[in-house]
Amino acid sequence: MARDTPLLVSALALAINAQHELAARKRQSAGGDKVHPGKVNPILEVEGLTLSFGGIKALSDVGFEVAPGSITTVIGPNGAGKTSLFNTISGFYKPSTGRIRFEGEDITATRPPARAKLGLARSFQNIALFRGMTVLDNIKLGRHTHLRTNVLDALFYFGRARREEMELRQEVEERIIDFLEIDHIRHMPVSVLSYGLQKRVEMARALAMRPKILMLDEPVAGMNREETEDMARFILDVRDEWGVTVLMVEHDMGMVMDLSDHVVVLNFGKLIADGTPAEVQANPEVIKAYLGSGDVSELRERLHQTVAVGG
Amino acid sequence: MRIGTARSSYRHDEALFDSRTQYAWLAILGVALLGFPFVADEYWLYLACLVAINIASATGLNILTGYTGLVSLGQAAFMGIGAYTVAAFEQKFGTPVLLNLLAGGFVAMLGGLVVGLPSLRVKGLYLAISTIAASVVLHFVFANWHSVTGGHSGITVAPAEILGISFDTSFRLYWLFVPITIMMVIGAANLFRTRIGRAFIAIRDRDISAEVLGIPLLRYKLLSFGLSSFYAGVAGGMWAYFFRVVTPESFPLLMSIFFLAAIIVGGMGTILGAILGAIFMTMVPEALKLIVGWLPLSTDATLILSPVRTIVFGALIVGFLVFEPLGLQEIWRRIRRFFHLWPFRA
Amino acid sequence: MDFDWLFLVEIFLAGLGAGGLYALTALAFVLIYKATRVVNLAIGEMLMIGAYLCFGLATAMNLPMWLAIVVAVIASGMAGAVLERVAIRPMLGESPIAVFMVTVGLASILVGVVELVWTSEPRRLPEFMPNTPVMIGEAFVPPKVFYGFLVAAALIAVALTVFRFWRGGVALRATASDQQTAYSMGINVPRVFSLSWTVAAMIAAIAGVIVGAVGGISSTMGVFGLSVLVVVIVGGLDSVLGALVAGLFIGVVESLAGGYLGGEYKLLATFLILIVVLMVRPYGLFGTHEIERL
Repeated sequence: MARDTPLLVSALALAINAQHELAARKRQSAGGDKVHPGKVNPILEVEGLTLSFGGIKALSDVGFEVAPGSITTVIGPNGAGKTSLFNTISGFYKPSTGRIRFEGEDITATRPPARAKLGLARSFQNIALFRGMTVLDNIKLGRHTHLRTNVLDALFYFGRARREEMELRQEVEERIIDFLEIDHIRHMPVSVLSYGLQKRVEMARALAMRPKILMLDEPVAGMNREETEDMARFILDVRDEWGVTVLMVEHDMGMVMDLSDHVVVLNFGKLIADGTPAEVQANPEVIKAYLGSGDVSELRERLHQTVAVGG
Repeated sequence: MRIGTARSSYRHDEALFDSRTQYAWLAILGVALLGFPFVADEYWLYLACLVAINIASATGLNILTGYTGLVSLGQAAFMGIGAYTVAAFEQKFGTPVLLNLLAGGFVAMLGGLVVGLPSLRVKGLYLAISTIAASVVLHFVFANWHSVTGGHSGITVAPAEILGISFDTSFRLYWLFVPITIMMVIGAANLFRTRIGRAFIAIRDRDISAEVLGIPLLRYKLLSFGLSSFYAGVAGGMWAYFFRVVTPESFPLLMSIFFLAAIIVGGMGTILGAILGAIFMTMVPEALKLIVGWLPLSTDATLILSPVRTIVFGALIVGFLVFEPLGLQEIWRRIRRFFHLWPFRA
Repeated sequence: MDFDWLFLVEIFLAGLGAGGLYALTALAFVLIYKATRVVNLAIGEMLMIGAYLCFGLATAMNLPMWLAIVVAVIASGMAGAVLERVAIRPMLGESPIAVFMVTVGLASILVGVVELVWTSEPRRLPEFMPNTPVMIGEAFVPPKVFYGFLVAAALIAVALTVFRFWRGGVALRATASDQQTAYSMGINVPRVFSLSWTVAAMIAAIAGVIVGAVGGISSTMGVFGLSVLVVVIVGGLDSVLGALVAGLFIGVVESLAGGYLGGEYKLLATFLILIVVLMVRPYGLFGTHEIERL
């Protein structure tokens, strides 16, 4: 941990600097106003969520709100419970206490397929594309719940099935494939695509669900600078053009601090901060979580010394 | 993609056969299928009917195992349900042939739904083993439910009769079986152009993602079981009209293994794979008969035919799994690709 | 009504005897699964090969039975190693279903080979066990069943102690769960694979000789493997103790079903138990629960 602290300090520093770069762009596209949670009815509410695995508490009394049309990010050190939180909201884990409300409705007991139908879409940390299918087929699967072809229609194909398929194809091509710039790979099997392209296809598939809220689990993990900027651009466009609320887990501080309207910080399964990026950055609890306890200025001293010596 | 086939509409892109060359080959195939019965002798017509039945059943198993990823060793048992249903209906009610076949399909489908019920809790290999259990239980039922199945002696089936014509030769049965099989195969191909088929593949590849996308797992797994056992039931019904005797020994576990081998050898998860696999596995015993007949052996050739067939059967399964897991259809595609570019290859 | 207790006891004891053989074969299965994660449907056929090798050595080559058994067991072991090297090793990393199907193919090949060399007619193994009837109290136990049970029990006891106290047990499990890591830890993975299949084949061969002695040998002996499959599911695919307990249990149940309902009910009873277990406790009585990580 001690060896990581200089890196994390510089990461935060870089984040503060990078903020100025992309902030201008963001102000351009989003109109510059930060969305204040609480003024409008939240689209997603998590309340008093506790999740235990045997004796280990993955989440302890976590509660926050996601405003509609916002980009909210969940951050926290590794093992803080971010993916567990996502899995609980998706419906794979049952919380021992707490409620989850989507557009005012309590969905704590709803099963995952039903949550998808309500408008909750999600991507996974490890790419969860269907390797036996092409890009196009993967994307079309996103629309599954909204289609109405049944078995008999499917077996005969000509008639309702074909009509639905053609409509689907047209919409997918015009709205999604063009939007995410993946038209050149539409017929390729997903297993041969590069990591960055696969992530984009996953997002395309999530978009095909016509979601109201898009949950992205580490959307830029493993990407280089250029790919990260592309993805950031897509996320902003998704929010602006499609009106989709974005809830994401991310480690790339530059992207987080700059893109988000609202940041939620988890540590050891507990919520330790909740507010705008600026508020969260200044929060001493957050700094302690990332850098460990100890005087920050003293650590800075030590950092300068090590750097001077030639570390 | 074949050279020189630009697509001008989405409909064109989604079609099953999409270029003029393919249409030409299809036409030739059609002519061949129509003309075949007139030039073939009894033996080859017999084989053709058997191949049609096997293609129908293999396609059904492919839907369940190849596309949805649910390994089943119960295909023969479901065929048995279909066969017994057809035989019983024919014997007790004398209902029309097509109705009997549909009934065979439906009753088998019900059986499939029951067997598929545990598929949410029971996964992978355990599911395969539970289908073995289903086979054993069904075999017991076939052998002991005397009132319906005739017990160990089974049921004899009168020849199929449609509009007064008795389908008692392979020549006539050909005209019944081949159209049915073609419809079933096209139905399966269509299935995978729609959301239902895509959902099946999604369940096979990553069922958690499928759930997140809104696909209710149990409903679709049951759908897959139901559909594939419907296919098996119809194939079993055709079998009943073909062999004209249905006994508990007609559909042993070994036959389920035969069909599983057929789709492995042909190529799981592709329509062509089921077809090629069924044809191949049906022809191999015949080819072996010929080869064993030619070999200069001191002992009587027919004695070793059966064990050699068993060995070759097992060796095919092992060989294809180890060396060509994508099956015959992959070999076919490689040959086709070679000829696509043939005049232009350096 | 005077209940025939003696009959019940005799059926029960016969069931234990059969159960002991099930447990022994299940042990071979579990060994393969523990070391290589392979569900070996050909276990019944490996048992058959052992029995037939013994038969061939004793009759065609006129070896004294004890020597025939020893050589047959060793030869089976070698055959097991060959099977592993040729058919299982190349499938490393493939889906478990594919490997399962390979074992199905292997079973078919073994049956074919046996039929080729010895035809499909049932044969009898030369006698080698004491023939005096064994009486436990008033109950009569067929002598071959009794001595077979003793041998099986002895071998299982040895196996249980070995797995309890041997360091290698951990190596076995490590190899099964993550080959790459095991390799980098210095465990000779290929050797573990070969060894496990060799020993398992030898155990199956011993079981085969006993089964053959009790009921004769035929090319359909492999169907024994189906009951063993149920035994390992009920007991837990990777549990030696489970193989023992479930083996005895299934043996007794089959015997009861056969004795009171009729021969054709044996397999039905076994598979009904399988269905119940799969619904209620799919990982078996003692098996380890595999958790799927999201």
